[in-house]
Amino acid sequence: MKSRNLFLATAMLFTASMPVPAQTHKTAPDFTARSLEDKPIHLSDYRGKLVLLNFWATWCGPCISEIPRFSTWQTKFGPQGFQVLGVSMDDDKPPVQKTALKYHLTYPIMMGDEHLGELYGGILGLPITYLISPQGKILARYQGETNLDQLEKRLATLLPPKKP
Amino acid sequence: MKSLAAAAHRHLLFLAALMTLALAHPAFAQSEHIPASSIPTADLIQPADLAATLQSTSPKPLILQVGSHVLFAEAHIPGSEYAGPTNQPTGIQILKDRTAVLPKDTPIVLYCGCCPWERCPNIAPAYNLLHAAGFTHLKVLYIADNFGTDWVAKKYPVAKGR
Repeated sequence: MKSRNLFLATAMLFTASMPVPAQTHKTAPDFTARSLEDKPIHLSDYRGKLVLLNFWATWCGPCISEIPRFSTWQTKFGPQGFQVLGVSMDDDKPPVQKTALKYHLTYPIMMGDEHLGELYGGILGLPITYLISPQGKILARYQGETNLDQLEKRLATLLPPKKP
Repeated sequence: MKSLAAAAHRHLLFLAALMTLALAHPAFAQSEHIPASSIPTADLIQPADLAATLQSTSPKPLILQVGSHVLFAEAHIPGSEYAGPTNQPTGIQILKDRTAVLPKDTPIVLYCGCCPWERCPNIAPAYNLLHAAGFTHLKVLYIADNFGTDWVAKKYPVAKGR
C-alpha cells in the first residue's frame, strides 16, 4: 500500500512539473485586458521581454501557492528583462484586489474572461502558465501546479546575465 | 483580588465569544477548505457514465455547475446550469435558491472541475449543502484533474456561453 502511494505521489509530482507541449513554438495570441486599476494592458507591449503569463484565480489553492514566488521573481529578474503578467479568471474584481494586496504582488494583474481563455486554447482548469519568449513565441505551457524550482532554473538560463 | 480575577475571567469569556462570532462570519467561510474526499464514493459518478446518460434517451438529471462563471462560459455540460461558486457565501446562496423548491427526490448531479479533485474548494460545500437539505438522488461528478482534461479533451458533449 505504502509503495503504491509512493508511486502515485511520484507520478503526480512528475506530471505536475512537466510543461504541456500544446501550442508551443506558436506566437502567443495578443490581447488587451483591463488591469485592477482599470487600465488596458496589451500583451504586445511586453515584446522584448521574457514573459510569464499566469492564469489563476483567488479560489484556486495551487494558484495561491505559486504567486508569492512569481512576485519574488519579478523583483529578482525584472531588471534582466523578465515580466510576470497575471490574468485572474475570477468572476469579480474585489477578491482579486484583496489577494493582490495581501501578497504584495509586484507585477500587473488583469481580469480575464472566457474570450481570453478560448484564445489560449481553453483555460479549463487552473493554474495554467505560459512562458513567452522576447520574440513573442510560446516556449512552454505549464498546466497544474508547476515545479517552481525547475522553472526558476529555466528562467535563469533564458535571461541575459545581470548587468554589473 | 477575587473580584479582579472574576473580571479577568469575564473579559476572557467575552473575547472568546467575540472570536467565535468573528469566525462564524461569512467572510471567513471562503478560507475553510473542505476536501472533496469527504464525499462518499457511493455518491460519485464518473464522467464516462454521465456522458452515456446524456447521450441516451433516459431521463436527464438536473446538472449544476458550482464553480467559476468564467470557466462555465468557456465550456460546460449541455443543459447544465451555473450555480456557484460554493466556496463563497454568494455561491451557497445561489445554490440554495435554485434548489429551494425542488422535490427532495430530484436527481441532481453537481460538478465543478476548476482544480484537481483534492484541491477543489467548491464541490464538497455544494454536496454538503444539498445532502443536509435532504436530497436523496444526489450525485457528484468525479473530475480528477479539471474539466478541460477530464471532460472536454475526452470529446464529451460541451456547450459554451453563460
